[in-house]
Amino acid sequence: MAYRDTIVCDDRSRGIFRVHRSAMTSERILADERSHIFNKCWLYVGHASEVAKPGDYLRRWVGGKPVIFLRDSGGTVRVHYNTCTHRGATLCREASGNTRVFQCFYHAWTFDTTGKLMITPGAEAYTAGFDKADYALRGPARVAEYRGLYFLNHDPDAMDLRTYLAGATEYLDLILDQGGDEGMRIVDGAHLYSVRTNWKLMVENSIDGYHAPTVHATYVDFVKDSGGGTNPAALGTGQGFDLGNGHATMESVAAWAKPTYWEPFYGDAARPEVEAKRARLIDRYGAERGERIAGNFRNLLIFPNLIINDVAAITVRRIEPVAPDRVSIEAWALAPVEEANGSAALQRRLDSFLTFLGPGGFASPDDVEALESCQQGFAAQPGVEWSDISRGMGRVPLPNDELQIRTFWRAWASQMDGAGFPEQVVDVETPQVSQPAARS
Amino acid sequence: MTGVISTQSTELRSRVEDFLYAEAALLDEWRLDDWLALFTPNARYEVPSTDRPEGRPDTALMLISDTRAMIGARVKRLNSRKAYREFPWSRTRRIVGNVRVLGVAESGELEVTANFAVYRTRNGRTHCYAGRYLYRLVPDGDAFLIAFRRAELDHESLDEHGTISIIL
Repeated sequence: MAYRDTIVCDDRSRGIFRVHRSAMTSERILADERSHIFNKCWLYVGHASEVAKPGDYLRRWVGGKPVIFLRDSGGTVRVHYNTCTHRGATLCREASGNTRVFQCFYHAWTFDTTGKLMITPGAEAYTAGFDKADYALRGPARVAEYRGLYFLNHDPDAMDLRTYLAGATEYLDLILDQGGDEGMRIVDGAHLYSVRTNWKLMVENSIDGYHAPTVHATYVDFVKDSGGGTNPAALGTGQGFDLGNGHATMESVAAWAKPTYWEPFYGDAARPEVEAKRARLIDRYGAERGERIAGNFRNLLIFPNLIINDVAAITVRRIEPVAPDRVSIEAWALAPVEEANGSAALQRRLDSFLTFLGPGGFASPDDVEALESCQQGFAAQPGVEWSDISRGMGRVPLPNDELQIRTFWRAWASQMDGAGFPEQVVDVETPQVSQPAARS
Repeated sequence: MTGVISTQSTELRSRVEDFLYAEAALLDEWRLDDWLALFTPNARYEVPSTDRPEGRPDTALMLISDTRAMIGARVKRLNSRKAYREFPWSRTRRIVGNVRVLGVAESGELEVTANFAVYRTRNGRTHCYAGRYLYRLVPDGDAFLIAFRRAELDHESLDEHGTISIIL
C-alpha cells in the first residue's frame, strides 16, 4: 500500500496535514517499519566514550536486534550481533564490562573482540570442511561515526552516514562543539524506561514546542519560583527547520537555565563559572556562533529515532519500538569531557538535567502521561481516525509550530513507500494562506 | 550483656520502624506537606539510575537528586492539579520492612536501611517499585528528622513504570 496519501495526508494546497491513527496501532505497519525504516536507515548505537578502553563493551538492542557495542583489543569500535554463530545463544550476558574474549556459556565457543572464532572445544570432532573463519561473529552491514556518535545500518547499499545526516550536521556541531579540545562524553548512568505508546509519539513529543506551556505548566511555575525565565528575549524567538532526510530541529533563545546560560537556579556562587563557559565559547567560535551555542535551546531529531536535545542540559535519547503500543527509551547526559567527575560544573549540569528530564523529572512524567493518553484515545478508531499536524503550515514556522513533526512524517511515509527521502522543505509550505511571520 | 544491648537496639529499632511506618502512611495518604516537614534544612533525597544503583550525584546521572529546596518544589508540583501524571492521584501502598539500624554516630544520627515495595495503582494498572532505602535520621524529641533519604531500585529498567512520578 502507499503510505503517502493514505496514511500521511500532506495537503499543501489547503495547509492541512493529517496522520492516520492506524500508524500508531497496527502490527502490520510496525512490521513494515522494521523492514523499510529500521533495516534501511542509520540507527544510533552509542558514543565512543562509552567504550573508551580496548575491551570495553556494552549490550544494546538496536532496531530490534541484540548487539554488542565494543572497542576491540586494537582500539577499533565495532558492533557484533549478540548471538553465537554456533547455535544462537546470547554471547554477551552482562550489560557492560571489559573483556579480552567472549565465551558462549552454551558450548564454550570463544571469540576474540574482533569477532574471530578462537576456540571450539573438542575441535577434533569437526571435519576438514569445517573452517572456523566461516563462524566469525556477524555484524550489521555498516558501522560509521560522526564525531564520536556511532551509528549502524543493516542495509549494505545505504548512503554514507555523512550524506545521510544532511543538514543535521550543523546542529550536531553546535552541540558537540561545546566539548572544546577535549570533546564530549556520555556521563555514567542511564535513564531506562518504557512507555505504553507508539514510538513515533515519543519522536513527535521530543521536537514539539506547542505542548510546553500546557503539559509543563508546573515546570514553568518551578522555573519562576527559582527566579528563572528572566530573559524576555526568549519569548517568540526561533524557528523550526526541516534539515533534510527526515531530520528536524527547533531552535530558540534559552527560556531558562542551561550549563552555558546562568539563571538564579544555579546560585550566585556559580555565576562567574557559568559566564566564563559562555565567554570561552565566544572566544573560540566568535560572537555570533559562540552566543548561539551558549545561549540557545535546540531540540534535534536524527531520523528515525535519535533525539539530542540541548536544553536544561544535553540529553541523548534513543527510541526503540517494542510493539505498536509500547516503546523503550534509553536516555543519557552528554557533557564536555572537561567537566570532570566530582566537579561543580558536572554537578550543576546533572542537577539542571534532572529538573526537567527523565522519569523522575518535573516535566518528562507529564509527557509520558500525555503520550499514554493519546495511545488510549487511538482505540476510538474508526470513530476518530486522524490526528492533525497542520500548525504553522502557512507561515515561517515557529518552534511551537509543527513543521519539525511534519518533517518526520514526510520522511516516514516516503521511506515506507520505498521512495527514499522527500524533498527538503525550505519555503513556507502553504504560501497562499500565509500570515506575517510573528517572530522578531 | 548481649541481652542489654539487644533490648536497647530492639527499642531503638522499634522507634525507627514507627517513624518509617508513619512516614509511609503520610505518603500513601498524599499528606505531602506533612511529609515535607520531616526533613532537615539540608536534607537530600536521591534515587540512582537503575543501571547504577551505587551511583553518586556528583559523578553519575541519577533519576532523582533533590536538595531540600527541590524536595519542596517536588511537593509543590505534586500538590498541583497540573501535575498530570499524578492528577488524578494514583493510589499507593507502601510495605516497609527488614528495618535495620546500621550505625549510631556520636551526634546521635542514625544510619538506617529498610526494604520497600511501593505499589502504585492508576488508570487500570498496578505496578510495584521494589528496592531498599538508606536513611540518615536525626533524633528530634521522641521522633526523628530525615537528613538523607535514598531509594535504590532493584529493577533493571523502569519498564513497567515509565516514570517515578510519586515519591518513592
